[in-house]
Amino acid sequence: MAHGAAHSAGAEEGTVQLHPKAPTIRLVIVGLMILGLIFAPWFAYPIFVMKLMCFALFASAFNLLLGYTGLLSFGHAAFFGGAAYFTAHAAKVWGFTPELALLIGMTGAALIGLVIGLIALRRTGIYFTMITLALSQMFFFFCLQSPFTHGEDGIQSVPRGHLFGVIDLGPTMNMYYFVFAVVMLGLLVIWRFVNSPFGMILKSIRENENRAISLGYSVVSYKLGAFVMSAALAGLAGGLKSLVFQSATLTDVSWQMSGEVVLMTLLGGIATLTGPFFGAGIVVTLQNYLATSSFPVTILTGLVFMVCVLIFRRGLIGEFYASKLGQKLGYRTET
Amino acid sequence: MTYATPQADGPRVVLSARGLGKDFAGFTAVNNVNLDLHHAQIHALIGPNGAGKTTVFNLLTKFLQPTRGEITLLGQDITKMKPDRVARMGMVRSFQISAVFPHLTVLENLRVALQRPNGLATQFWKPLSSLETLDPRADELIAELGLSPWRDRRAADLSYGRKRVLEIATTLALDPQVLLLDEPMAGMGREDVAMVADIIRNVAKTRAVLMVEHNLSVVADICHHVTVLQRGEIIAEGDYATVSQDARVRTAYMGVEA
Repeated sequence: MAHGAAHSAGAEEGTVQLHPKAPTIRLVIVGLMILGLIFAPWFAYPIFVMKLMCFALFASAFNLLLGYTGLLSFGHAAFFGGAAYFTAHAAKVWGFTPELALLIGMTGAALIGLVIGLIALRRTGIYFTMITLALSQMFFFFCLQSPFTHGEDGIQSVPRGHLFGVIDLGPTMNMYYFVFAVVMLGLLVIWRFVNSPFGMILKSIRENENRAISLGYSVVSYKLGAFVMSAALAGLAGGLKSLVFQSATLTDVSWQMSGEVVLMTLLGGIATLTGPFFGAGIVVTLQNYLATSSFPVTILTGLVFMVCVLIFRRGLIGEFYASKLGQKLGYRTET
Repeated sequence: MTYATPQADGPRVVLSARGLGKDFAGFTAVNNVNLDLHHAQIHALIGPNGAGKTTVFNLLTKFLQPTRGEITLLGQDITKMKPDRVARMGMVRSFQISAVFPHLTVLENLRVALQRPNGLATQFWKPLSSLETLDPRADELIAELGLSPWRDRRAADLSYGRKRVLEIATTLALDPQVLLLDEPMAGMGREDVAMVADIIRNVAKTRAVLMVEHNLSVVADICHHVTVLQRGEIIAEGDYATVSQDARVRTAYMGVEA
């Protein structure tokens, strides 16, 4: 992905002195971010922050593939939107409690991921990307026609229900901290996944697939594992969103949604753990502010994307990691 | 996986190809290649540019599927096998363009190579620190190949020669029975060439090595057996002295009448 680019940067990086308390500072930064989210509902509109967190989880799940495995999927809306439908259906029609409904959504997304992955991973590069797009479009039309999704109307007034049958998620604050907990759990899972023996093999596949094969790794199986995991977590994000907004609609399975998550991840910085969070923040904020104006939001996000690709290609957090300060704090750039 | 290792008198054959051929859309890249690799011997595959050396490599390691012929590795027919399976059986290759994982450190490169043989590749729930059990062996290899000063540097930051050495280190980490090196010395400085030649000579004491190489003095120096390829076919075989006297080889290699 970036064989030559790193070469010139290499010599300089060695000269930056690591700050003696770098690990502590890195921990403090993460701690401050988490504190910020805990107290966010006092300063910002809670529904907005919840939406942001759902998309942050979605983008982080996507980053698992793009950033850490080197696979560009253009069909992640199928998992996000599909799980939104499954969760909404389970909560509304079957009367499941929210945690079970989310589990149904995740399982459904993982299964779709398994099917799409098995087919698409037979190819690499742009062909892989195109197949994921084609298959997710097939899923879109399935959702359009299928009776349980209610077509253009979507599934409306989904009950948030009682967590474990006890805690009422109706009040905004209860829902907020439920979303917060689930998203944090999801990010924790991604963090562990990336920093694990399995994650190491994924990175090696991203770096040099043929070499990984020649070391005896059946790379398709590893990619499939990452694909299904990414689909399941994208599904968790989608299911969560359907509970927050109490609806599941065609927007979430459309190809534009697949594009948005690519944008969020690139903006924030691929192969960084916090990057997708910030990327999602920028995109969701832009959409929110422009929703009331007549200015078409897609033009602005398109412009932002162009600026990102031209000027800071590593993304917001990626550029920070690569900067002198980032190096000093011991952050590692992987792209 | 374990394989019976019969103790024959002469050097035993570990890899053999019979009638190997590959066509690309009507163009015959490799035709009727017979090759035997012996344990503890270095075998060179030489020939002018476009002779099909790398194609033979890709066929032997199953990165390409042969159109004709069959390949036997350690007594097993591998003609139809997948490349990762062949690697797990003990035949590991290197690539013409240095094949390291650029954004991983030297140590991490070696860990990746060691993970699978040590059953530490699929655990997605374990922390990275679980890989520290591989470090003693990794450090041993790093020291053996003189890479210790760069242990925690990213592979991308290494010089070209050291990248190739790192690649050999990761290959050796798998303790392969058969080692296929595609131009291991291409683009190296003179000291590096001598170092890598020593390394290869050393590792070949306990395994079979097949190498594609343009540096003929190295071939003359360390290889027991030479096969010359031209336009996809073998034109000469034998030790270096024999091959270098062959009129067809001289014409093919040095141009007209060398």
